[in-house]
Amino acid sequence: MTKASARNMFIGSTIVVSAILLALTYMSHLSYPERTHPENITARVAYGKEVWERHACIDCHTLLGEGAYYAPELGNVMTRRGEGYVRTVLETTAREGWGTTRKMPKFDLSGEDIESLVEFFKWMGKIDTNNWPPNKEG
Amino acid sequence: MKYQYESQRVAYPFFIAAMLLFVGQIVFGLIVGAQYLWPDLLFPAVPFNIARMIHINLLVVWLIFGFMGSAYYLLPEEVEGEVYSVKLALVQFWLFLVGGATAIAGYLFRWHDGREFLEQPFMIKVAIVIVVLMFIFNMIMTMIKGRRRTSISIVLLIGFLGLAVFYLFAFYKPANMTVDKFYWWWVVHLWVEGVWELIMAAFLSFLLLKLTGIDREVAEKWLYVIVGLTFFTGIIGTGHHYYWIGTPAFWQTWGAWFSAIEVAPFAAMVAFSFKMVGKRARNHPNRAAALWTVGAAVLSFLGAGVWGFMHTLPQINYYTHGTQITASHGHLAFFGAYAVIVLAMASYAVPNIRKIGPTHQKAEIFAFWTMAVSMALITLSLTGAGIVQVYLQRILGMSYMDTQSHMTLFYGLRLIFGVTFTVGLVVYLYDFFFPNRAGAALIED
Repeated sequence: MTKASARNMFIGSTIVVSAILLALTYMSHLSYPERTHPENITARVAYGKEVWERHACIDCHTLLGEGAYYAPELGNVMTRRGEGYVRTVLETTAREGWGTTRKMPKFDLSGEDIESLVEFFKWMGKIDTNNWPPNKEG
Repeated sequence: MKYQYESQRVAYPFFIAAMLLFVGQIVFGLIVGAQYLWPDLLFPAVPFNIARMIHINLLVVWLIFGFMGSAYYLLPEEVEGEVYSVKLALVQFWLFLVGGATAIAGYLFRWHDGREFLEQPFMIKVAIVIVVLMFIFNMIMTMIKGRRRTSISIVLLIGFLGLAVFYLFAFYKPANMTVDKFYWWWVVHLWVEGVWELIMAAFLSFLLLKLTGIDREVAEKWLYVIVGLTFFTGIIGTGHHYYWIGTPAFWQTWGAWFSAIEVAPFAAMVAFSFKMVGKRARNHPNRAAALWTVGAAVLSFLGAGVWGFMHTLPQINYYTHGTQITASHGHLAFFGAYAVIVLAMASYAVPNIRKIGPTHQKAEIFAFWTMAVSMALITLSLTGAGIVQVYLQRILGMSYMDTQSHMTLFYGLRLIFGVTFTVGLVVYLYDFFFPNRAGAALIED
């Protein structure tokens, strides 16, 4: 193989795989209405995502398995714990923080913030994740 | 042994900033590692999420400082001409340093954007784009003004252009979390398993050329094979992040097949470095730089290649996704591929910039082995933690916090090896900041 043919293979294969990536990306977008139900992303859900980001929840927790590994998975937290429990955790966090060993700091969460986070988690729980996680413990 | 072009010296502040930020990264790494054992440490002043944010952001910033410094050192020799504007390089340096330091300090006061790794607030993101564009402009002008065009400089440019282009996806924040995550990976994956590998391969080729005196034509052919394999496998390999986040199931097929061969470019880098060192035309006096160079190929092969392959197939990833297995891979991959290549460039370039010969070779070789072995053991500790986690939580269905209490031993080991890593870093920095002038000055004449 010469340098020129190695270079041409680099250019050629990059064009081909990039085209495939774009095609698969397009097909992914076609699937989102069915898999993620964007019609259920209400203003509350969208605001809940903003609250999630405001407190950098992802840097302790995972969400659909992505994030830090210091605290439990929250994508399926509604299935695991139920709405009442999640609400209690968030209300306690807003007052004094949560946890005995690894602790969640006291976050400045208004009633509206808590309500929106709950709606956000509910929407997250309905995403079609190809059956992940393996069990409800996340 | 010294630099050939006066403007190469502008690389020096970039390397110094990189080393200082590296220290910060390790300090916060130790804090994060210790918080796994003593959760009350620094709580609530610096809770885990903030410390972890700083640990990883410092990593990215020091690596990019290292990439830029390495590029400013490499380009003049490659294109045979001075850096287009040293002044622009210095302006860009200070802007990046002030922007980076502001972001890190801001995190301590909860000023962040809250998306993993992309926590930089909007204004900082804009500043980063401006800095990178200034850098790329300087790079392109240097290449245009230069007397020759080499494949190493072109591949390096493609790498930096990709770094700039894919960072733009950091500005896209859709309300749909699945779509958010999808394009988030276009920054994160297409950086570290795509365009950053081009930057790494270009540095590797440059170092092997300088250290072994091999034929440029051969080195550049290898370079194209490596980067060809990188893009061929890594671009569709993005799919291995799309198994469980709401994206279609067809990604499991595409992601598995292509990411399974993402080990190939790293295997090629190992073959390339051993072959070139084996056929070397000269024994370069800077043996430590050669060790770091070959070390980058081998450690990235293990960390990114082997440890990545281990959990890339969906049948396995179903159980390992989001556990300490991912963290174990992340540590050796980032260290092996990107930290080590920057340390290799620094070990080679900085003595030349100072117009002295290589110093403290024994100390630096000790630093290499201490850091490399420590990071390998950190990786093994986290792999142990991950295996426990997968078995108890994912297979037996034990709750998250109960599972964690069975992983303490491995978190303890990880922290111990974090401390030994720090010892290696201190030795490396001793050589970096206090070179042995008496022994080295001989080589200047």
